[in-house]
Amino acid sequence: MNTAINKVITQTEQVILGKPRQIRLALTCLLARGHLLIEDLPGVGKTTLAHVLARTLGLQFQRIQFTSDMLPADILGVSIYQRDSGEFKFHAGPIFAQMILADEVNRATPKTQSALLEAMEEHQVTSEGETRPLPTPFFVIATQNPTNQIGTFPLPESQLDRFLMRIQLGYPDAQAERGLLSGIERRDLIAKLAPQMETAELMELQQQVRQVFVSPALLDYVQAILRHTRESARFVHGLSPRAGLSLLAAARAWALLDGRNAVIPEDIQAVLPGVASHRLQSVQDVQTSGGDNLARELIEAVAIP
Amino acid sequence: MKLTAPLIYGLIACILLVSAPHAGHLPLWVSAICSALLAWRAYLTWNGNPLPARWLLLVVTFACVLAIAATFHTLFGREVGVTLLILLATLKLLEIRAVRDVTVLIYLSCFIIITNFFYSQSIPTALFMLVTLLVIMATWVHMQTGDLAFKPRLRIAGILLLQAIPLSLIIFVLFPRVQGPLWGMPQDAYASSGLSDSMAPGSLSRLSLSDAVAFRVVFNGKAPPSDQMYWRGPVLWDFDGTSWKRGRNATLLRPVLTDATTPVDYTVTLEAHNKPWLFVLDMPAKISIPADLAPDFQVLSRTPVNARTRYSATSLLSYRANLGEPPQQLQRALALPQGYNPQARKLAAEWRTRSDSDMALVRTALDYFNRNGFEYSLEPPLLGTDSVDDFIFTTKKGFCEHYAGSFVFLMRAAGLPSRVVTGYQGGEYNNLGGYYILRQYDAHAWAEVWLRERGWVRIDPTAAIAPARIQSGLNAALPNNATLPFLARTQSPLLLKLRFNLDALTNQWNQWVLGYNTERQFAFLTRLGMEDITWKKLAVNMLSGVALLVGIFTLIMLRRLSAHPADAVQAIWLKACRKLEKAGLPRAPHEGAMDYAARIAAARPELSEDIHDLAARYASLRYGGEAGKDGLAAFGNAVRAFKL
Repeated sequence: MNTAINKVITQTEQVILGKPRQIRLALTCLLARGHLLIEDLPGVGKTTLAHVLARTLGLQFQRIQFTSDMLPADILGVSIYQRDSGEFKFHAGPIFAQMILADEVNRATPKTQSALLEAMEEHQVTSEGETRPLPTPFFVIATQNPTNQIGTFPLPESQLDRFLMRIQLGYPDAQAERGLLSGIERRDLIAKLAPQMETAELMELQQQVRQVFVSPALLDYVQAILRHTRESARFVHGLSPRAGLSLLAAARAWALLDGRNAVIPEDIQAVLPGVASHRLQSVQDVQTSGGDNLARELIEAVAIP
Repeated sequence: MKLTAPLIYGLIACILLVSAPHAGHLPLWVSAICSALLAWRAYLTWNGNPLPARWLLLVVTFACVLAIAATFHTLFGREVGVTLLILLATLKLLEIRAVRDVTVLIYLSCFIIITNFFYSQSIPTALFMLVTLLVIMATWVHMQTGDLAFKPRLRIAGILLLQAIPLSLIIFVLFPRVQGPLWGMPQDAYASSGLSDSMAPGSLSRLSLSDAVAFRVVFNGKAPPSDQMYWRGPVLWDFDGTSWKRGRNATLLRPVLTDATTPVDYTVTLEAHNKPWLFVLDMPAKISIPADLAPDFQVLSRTPVNARTRYSATSLLSYRANLGEPPQQLQRALALPQGYNPQARKLAAEWRTRSDSDMALVRTALDYFNRNGFEYSLEPPLLGTDSVDDFIFTTKKGFCEHYAGSFVFLMRAAGLPSRVVTGYQGGEYNNLGGYYILRQYDAHAWAEVWLRERGWVRIDPTAAIAPARIQSGLNAALPNNATLPFLARTQSPLLLKLRFNLDALTNQWNQWVLGYNTERQFAFLTRLGMEDITWKKLAVNMLSGVALLVGIFTLIMLRRLSAHPADAVQAIWLKACRKLEKAGLPRAPHEGAMDYAARIAAARPELSEDIHDLAARYASLRYGGEAGKDGLAAFGNAVRAFKL
């Protein structure tokens, strides 16, 4: 197994205590070239996770704090008239970075949200008729407060679909929390972190993910899961074909992180809560979408063929 | 499985559907209570309220049972049984606490389906019950599969029912039959209409208001012309001034036909009418089922016809009937009550002196009816004590019973032995099914007079007034505004065709499904080439047929299961899983090999190495795309060597 990626994981785990699964999922998302949505309360370490990942992977990092009065130009950049040269010069917005932390993305108005999401989807920004490519790799971690808080514009389902995964961090367990409270200030720790991987190495890994083998037997399993979500009365809608592709991509990355070059059902099960929970709605509880329990229920309902 | 609200609604629908057809004959209060209980159950589920306490249910149950006992004065018998079953099934809905209760309710619903056939075995009932069965099956599938959506649930239920069709066909065709109707119960008392053993003015015209089927006839060969189609029923001898009755025959001698020719063979399927008479064409010579021939050529079954009955018979259309009628019987055929109808007697006496022969007397009487402004009518005016006088001289409007009755009265008054015969006349030909249908409105009455050289001769006075009645049926003979049943009125050809189609279908259903008795079964199986049929042979054939079908289904399913790619690897892995399952460590269906191995290793550390090795081999063979013959063989050996 690639030792560099192990080092990345080890280093991240030293800062983000007691969240090995979430760290792996975040890396999986990155390796599968997807974007990550973290939905949780303020103060559980969303920003720290993004910071640590950026430092450890040696990626250029930008943080965008979303507010309700933000405009698309605040993210994408704007052309400003230059008095000395008499020309308009494009001032790149914060989105031109390899890793973006879009903090509290549901505080911004839908117009601004969609500017971000379009850039995520197309890996480029079109402003005043000119198209500018975004750097590679390009990875967005968006955070979102629980949608029932006041003053939020919840992301519509179609936009949620742009995120490969949605994860929750949750409170740390007692031991991790003690470590956090007694340890050094996280900010100082982050400042000291050294990159463990070259960008070229990361892109090579992303390339390898695509070559992870998927057997027909595994595709049967994926299809069984998709079919179950479509036939079951538990869900408002079944998973889309795009969700199926996302599931497979994430499972490939997870397998690679696990040091295998073939996907097994356990990989699917590991990434399924992250990939499916924001795409599924329970019939009984239409108000809040997803939840890990729903995904767990789905896993238990489908036998591995 | 969870007791979710949709499942409860499904169960409510099952009970509602199976008991709905019973609403027509259950006591009103039972229907009301059942509806109230179902509504209550639905309300509880809707609001998520808890079920009522056990003691309350117990009280309600006892109260209901007591009320049933009070209504029926017994707790035994079919009606009471069905009522109890429905009430208790409905109450059971209110105490569903576990999966077991759901299963019980589903089986109960299936059982109540059967009870519906006690009351009706028609095609619509069967179709309705089929739909009900589909709903029950869908509910059952719901119970089994949990959260499957409605449509796939219905599809599975439909597939299950379709798969059951060949099985039920085999069982239906081969199941050894007991004699008697499929759904007959000993104390069956249908409130069915039909000819009775007496005739008073108005009794037949009342029957003519019903379009219920009396019987259906198939002729082997050419059917006789419609003016020969007299279906003989009760023969009425005794007149008491108002009504004609069968009375008691003064002889036990079988009647004799002489010079009889023109035989006609036919098969009658008679609907249940709860009287012993079997209808045959004038005059009967042979019948296929046990029956007695009364001295007046009436054919009587030994038991009342309380189920649909099929019989073949032969009749002779031209004959001299019972030339040697005993004098006591002729005496009966002349008897008249004292003191009634003086004018008619006078008229008859006058005819007698005018006529030089008996036949001339008959002709005079028919001429009289024909010439004096008599009308054929379904709604004749009421008649007084001297009913014949009133009819002949005053009202002059009547139905066939008026004409037959007064004709026989006049003949007897003139000294000619005569009697009234009731039965059915004519019939409607269903050219789609190739049979005749006789309905209640085809009921008819005519007369027979006894002539020394010719025996009993049929005289139909109605034919003298309304020949169309005999030639083309009731509708042709009556004015248009008469209140005839819908079916008897003239209709568009389309409606007529539809009606014939429906009746042909009903007839097939009666013949082949409901009437599939021992005889039919033997005949059918013999035609299929089965020989020496015994019930043992039937049972063996049925069981082997069922076994064969189940075997075929099983093979198909196994085939489908094993048609899966990489099945060999899977099979070996499942072997290992079975070994572990026997050791009390079963694999959950959704558990992957690696997770399973980790769990086993945690529970039985000594197995750790082996099981991890097996799981890794399995994963790489099945999911790693490395399935080669060597790897497979090695995996097989490893599993075989794997010991607990």
